[in-house]
Amino acid sequence: MKLLYFAWVRSKTGVAEETVTPPDEVRDVAGLIGWLKGRSAGAADAFADLSVVRVAVNQDYVDLDHPVALGDEIAFFPPVTGG
Amino acid sequence: MIRVQREDFDLGAELRALSEGNHQIGGLTSFVGLVRDIAGGAAVSAMTLEHYPGMTEKQLADIEAEANRRWPLDASLIIHRYGRLEPGDQIVLVACASAHREAAFEACHFLIDWLKTKAPFWKLEDTPDGGKWVDARSSDDAAAARWAKT
Repeated sequence: MKLLYFAWVRSKTGVAEETVTPPDEVRDVAGLIGWLKGRSAGAADAFADLSVVRVAVNQDYVDLDHPVALGDEIAFFPPVTGG
Repeated sequence: MIRVQREDFDLGAELRALSEGNHQIGGLTSFVGLVRDIAGGAAVSAMTLEHYPGMTEKQLADIEAEANRRWPLDASLIIHRYGRLEPGDQIVLVACASAHREAAFEACHFLIDWLKTKAPFWKLEDTPDGGKWVDARSSDDAAAARWAKT
């Protein structure tokens, strides 16, 4: 699956995008975040407070219990500040 | 119509183009967002707007479609800029045209309120202390929540 990071979430992870293949037990957004936190200190920092992280799967906002699949585009970013 | 662009826009030309040739339109409203030179008491010399290409257009199109479901609009337009902007620069334009003013005013207000909480843009301000990501404001969530259908 393709992961995208924006704004300060990207600053903390240190990468703008990456392609990952998580283990089969990663079935939803919460599981994916847990797995990512274990992979790098940057990700652990970025996902330390999930109340300030928004998630989109295939460009639609989702909650933490939303399922994830290998072909998905999954983005992590702070609450938006446009307009 | 949705446009996400780095370039500035000409407000007069955009509004003229929106209503041109349609004489059913009796009211045309617009909101223009500008870059301010101060934020949270700190001076801002410039800002950089980042966005999520693809999702931005999708979210803006969804928001515009929702406005058209709720109000009888003859035309609508959202232009949002990205990249480096300086105080006084135009950031965003929302414009709505309808036969009567109520629909045009309400749809325009709805669009900017929803855009601020849904469109994936982030502002990085240049301040004397360095670059600072702008925090989302709970008042923006409250403004958008007013339009939630009961």
